[in-house]
Amino acid sequence: MTSGGIRRSFTAAATLALASFGSVVHAAPGPWQLNMQRGESTWSQVPYHLNNISLAVCTVIGILVFGAMFIAMFRFRKSRGAVAEKWSHNTMVEVVWTTIPVVILVVLAYLATGGLTSWADTTGSQMTVKVTGYQWKWRYDYVDYQGKPIDKVGFMSKLDTQSDRTRQLGSGMDPFAVKVGDESTYLLNVDNPLVVPVDTKIRFVITSGDVIHSWWVPATGWKLDAIPGIINAAWANFQTPGTYRGQCAELCGQDHGFMPIVVVVKSKADFAAWLAGQQAKSAAPAAAPAAASSAAAPQTSQAAPVADTAKQG
Amino acid sequence: MSYAATHDHHDDHHGAPKGFFQRWCMSTNHKDIGTLYLVFALTMFFIGGSFAMLIRAELFKPGMQLMQPYFFNQLTTMHALVMIFGAIMPAFVGLGNWMIPLMVGAPDMALPRMNNLSFWILPFAFLLMLSTLFMPGGGPAGGWTLYPPLSLQSDSLAYVVFAVHLMGISSIMGAINIIATILNMRAPGMELLKMPVFVWSWLITAFLLIAVMPVLAGAVTMLLTDKYFGTNFFNPGGGGDPVLYQHIFWFFGHPEVYIMILPAFGIISEIVPTFARKPIFGYKAMVFAIASIAFLSFIVWAHHMFAVGLPLGAEIFFMYATMLIAVPTGVKVFNWVATIWGSSMTFETPMLFAIAFIILFTIGGFSGLMLALVPADFQYHDTYFVVAHFHYVLVTGALFAIIAASYYWLPKWTGNMYSEFWGKVHFWNSVIWVNVLFFPQHFLGLAGMPRRIPDYNVAFANFNMISSIGGFLFGATQLIFIGVLIHCAFFSKKKATDRVWEGARGLEWTVPSPAPHHTFEVPPVIHDDELAHGHVND
Amino acid sequence: MGQQHDAYFVPAKSYWPIVAAVVMFTTVFGAAHWLNAEPGDAGFGKTVLIVGVVGVLGMFFGWFRSVINESLSGSYNHQVDVSFRMGMMWFIFSEVMFFGAFFGALFYIRMFSVPWLGGTGHGTLTHQFLWSDYAAAWGANGGNGPERVGGSFSTVPAWGLPLLNTLILLSSSVTVTIAHHALRAGHRGKILVFLGLTVLLGALFLNFQAHEYVEAYKELNLTLHSGVYGSTFFLLTGFHGLHVTLGTIMLAVIWLRVLKGHFNKDHHFGFEAVAWYWHFVDVVWLGLFMFVYIL
Ligand code: HEA
Ligand code: HEA
Ligand code: CUA
Ligand SMILES: [Cu+2]
Repeated sequence: MTSGGIRRSFTAAATLALASFGSVVHAAPGPWQLNMQRGESTWSQVPYHLNNISLAVCTVIGILVFGAMFIAMFRFRKSRGAVAEKWSHNTMVEVVWTTIPVVILVVLAYLATGGLTSWADTTGSQMTVKVTGYQWKWRYDYVDYQGKPIDKVGFMSKLDTQSDRTRQLGSGMDPFAVKVGDESTYLLNVDNPLVVPVDTKIRFVITSGDVIHSWWVPATGWKLDAIPGIINAAWANFQTPGTYRGQCAELCGQDHGFMPIVVVVKSKADFAAWLAGQQAKSAAPAAAPAAASSAAAPQTSQAAPVADTAKQG
Repeated sequence: MSYAATHDHHDDHHGAPKGFFQRWCMSTNHKDIGTLYLVFALTMFFIGGSFAMLIRAELFKPGMQLMQPYFFNQLTTMHALVMIFGAIMPAFVGLGNWMIPLMVGAPDMALPRMNNLSFWILPFAFLLMLSTLFMPGGGPAGGWTLYPPLSLQSDSLAYVVFAVHLMGISSIMGAINIIATILNMRAPGMELLKMPVFVWSWLITAFLLIAVMPVLAGAVTMLLTDKYFGTNFFNPGGGGDPVLYQHIFWFFGHPEVYIMILPAFGIISEIVPTFARKPIFGYKAMVFAIASIAFLSFIVWAHHMFAVGLPLGAEIFFMYATMLIAVPTGVKVFNWVATIWGSSMTFETPMLFAIAFIILFTIGGFSGLMLALVPADFQYHDTYFVVAHFHYVLVTGALFAIIAASYYWLPKWTGNMYSEFWGKVHFWNSVIWVNVLFFPQHFLGLAGMPRRIPDYNVAFANFNMISSIGGFLFGATQLIFIGVLIHCAFFSKKKATDRVWEGARGLEWTVPSPAPHHTFEVPPVIHDDELAHGHVND
Repeated sequence: MGQQHDAYFVPAKSYWPIVAAVVMFTTVFGAAHWLNAEPGDAGFGKTVLIVGVVGVLGMFFGWFRSVINESLSGSYNHQVDVSFRMGMMWFIFSEVMFFGAFFGALFYIRMFSVPWLGGTGHGTLTHQFLWSDYAAAWGANGGNGPERVGGSFSTVPAWGLPLLNTLILLSSSVTVTIAHHALRAGHRGKILVFLGLTVLLGALFLNFQAHEYVEAYKELNLTLHSGVYGSTFFLLTGFHGLHVTLGTIMLAVIWLRVLKGHFNKDHHFGFEAVAWYWHFVDVVWLGLFMFVYIL
């Protein structure tokens, strides 16, 4: 089954299942948000629809089971004069309610399996980014783009200063005041975001330099653990330019809650320009660090693990 | 030496001994040891609950309010360890201790002294573990799962590992005792397939315990040697793999969560027929379902690891196996519903908690099933959706069953009736606030709030505040429970009858209330009508 | 109560359980403190540990003595005997699972983690990005991982001491069985000889094992630090050795009890429990010999 086919069947089933609430597209979480976001990568539809379908299935079963319970509680009360019957067994119904769940599960399993195989397939990616978790920041190294290796473009990415000051115990600062434009970015903003091109199948190879972290941008539809000494890989292709936020999702020590992830998706042309700028900068070493704007990500001097980068073949 | 002579130092034939130390510290009496377990579990529930209150207070609104992040992580870790190993498990062992001999017509547990040891290890194990909170480096802060390499960064690791070893020894001995009691101490005529479902559920749970606690011991031992003795089990540089720990841990961990729910299933299967005045529907199917769940629990562990980067085949296998568990669990739920269908119900407090259990546990099971779908779990994993899932199965599942059991058997233990009014107040407040507490956490998780974080983006503010308020009120409600217990044990004027509940069946209801210090010293003669399941012919 | 009472036996109160809990706590508290001791620490943890261990030994001695006395005085009826048997069987099962964790780790490491680090299958990217110069292998060349933790080492050849130890343990299982048969037939002299032989074989095994460890450390540079090879090798053989030690001590105690005439041909659960334990230790060794030494 092609991934397009899966998506179509998902969409159809989802509509059928009447599970369409919460379908607003979010790049970042919103107040009162009830449901999972749809995501912005082609694959991110898979978890979204699976979520809705399975939720709908459970809701229906729930209504049936709890409905039966409430009817029973109403009808068969001693205070209403109900007298207990004697039966305690019925092979027929027992077979029925063993079989029906099996059928439902087979359907769910079928959908989930199809979605999973397309996720695991990183072939044909046009770009590779290496992601390394550290206590408590991320490092991004650009490995290749459009078949060409990229040399020495890489930087650290950590919590922005405004959030960092606000989050100190007793800072007296207001988390609601941490904003970029009108977006509340408290604990969801970084100094140097990852910059990637739109509509490009990007392979993320993920690892860690100390303990286990987990790289999670909900818009991609997945999270994947960053494990020291091991490489994990997954892919995403962002469909629209924009800023996508996420967080470390595996407990990694005291500042686990403070190592956000920001991905800035640019048009291919803008990205090419950005990349050229980065390459130029790394060619001219020890450039003064540029002001922390989300567009120009400086090659930070805290790039301690350069050795690490150099080691890879 | 003649047999009669040994009677002399077999001293406690009639009534409990007088001395406090003699009675409680040297006990060989299943009822006293059961009481010890239950009191210990209740104490631990309050300690673990206090940690939860601090967690909820810190999460009340965005911004760091009360504590440093590292302390928050210690709270989360300790909250879970105390609740799981200190509150839920000992509570079930306490109920088993009290009720299994009464239900199978035995005079006591098979190995009474070992029984006492099983209990007395626990307070020391928790002393050891909780003391780390007061040590310079603080307590464990890597989550209850103790994943390396993070857990290896903490100096309290050795204390925690040894505490886990002690708890393991305690649980294994407790489980051995329960199996030996059930298999060897049943009164003549109490055939296996006439045993109460609660006894069945404990038999299977005990097997799970003996099978997996040693595995946990092995896993934490490897942590210990990796930290202190230079081994490399979890270090890829030396050929190991951090993920290996997770495999071993969850090989223990998943059966562990069923260890915390199977006895609950047993309890519900006792309570529902009593207040429905109708025999349990499909007794054999119920027993078989418990056994199937136990079996399946050994082959689903990696569903906690879908996001670690397993090979595709493994993801698929573990997804299918996990989903299968919904089938036997569904059988249980449907059979409970069928039991109340066509019955004659009354709604005393135990029944109310049992009904709430069926509904809310099922909701927790549903979210479990959603988590089992790998692609969806890529989003859910390590978010509050998971936190909501497991609190539904653990709090409104395991804990509600324990509370239901306490109300159900309290008159048998104390000889007094508890206050039905305050029991109902306790119930309604619990059931409302627990949902206010945990239901919004589904939304938080879906919207993208990770678990184990002390602070969060303002988008999550609303539901966190609601959840915290629910938490405080649910916590405060449990003070009512304490009140009801103390009133019932010491002040209640209303005496309980032997049978206590009109529809109650089973040997435990044939002895006086309160159950005398020694029961069934002579094997009872059993009539099938006395048994809860004396006429199982399907 | 008279007659029917024979069906049930509930033992008298005892302070041994709570003593046991206290000494166990003392032991692990001391051990944990010791592990975390600062260099200048006055050995507080060590002292506590020693006190705890002595306490544990004393506790076992006292507890078992009281149980033996009760047994000798005939208090234990058939049902108690069955409970004891079940207890021992399930205890051994728990031990099997404990070793299972370590065998599981060994299999995982050999079948997955090491090959993956070397670039097989699922590990392609790991190898390519992080450990491209690592050629996975088990044993001397590669068993200590891509960082060659602990330096190069050689392995203990299976067909030397380990083979000898296998033969020793196998024959000890035979001797203990002969002793058991002798017990059932009531030949006390024969029991003492064959049980004694079993104890000696156990001791001999431990002696060779110690030799092997010394050689591993001194000659082969195979240490606990030798990557996962060293980790699995020493923890598996080490825990097994610990169990042999325990088993040997228990056998020695049983030998003394036979000498004192504690057992008769229908009443010898203590003997059988130790014999089961010994067979279990033997089986674990066969697993070790197979998967640690030969393969
Ligand atoms: C008592 C404890 C308990 C119980 C009973 C369960 C029951 C289940 N759990 Fe849960 N679980 C936990 C405790 C428990 N769990 C804990 C503590 C964690 C987190 C650990 C940590 O990380 O700290 C966890 C985490 C957890 C995860 C990992 C999530 C993640 O970290 O990403 C998964 C994934 O598959 C899962 C699945 C399930 C399933 C499928 C069941 C099933 O058994 C549920 C079956 C029940 C039903 C489905 C409802 C009744 C059925 C019917 C009415 C029949 C018809 C229904 C259908 C056909 C849908 N659980
Ligand atoms: C059996 C297990 C069990 C039980 C009963 C509970 C009960 C509760 N849990 Fe627990 N919890 C876990 C098992 C359990 N939990 C586990 C396994 C984790 C995962 C840990 C990890 O990530 O490693 C977890 C994690 C966890 C988290 C996530 C923490 C994080 O990710 O950082 C939260 C947050 O809300 C939470 C809250 C609560 C609350 C409010 C209760 C309430 O139900 C508690 C109610 C009880 C009381 C409050 C005590 C009694 C009352 C008093 C002491 C009186 C005083 C109180 C007042 C007056 C208000 N728990
Ligand atoms: Cu990094 Cu959590
Ligand atoms: Cu699980």
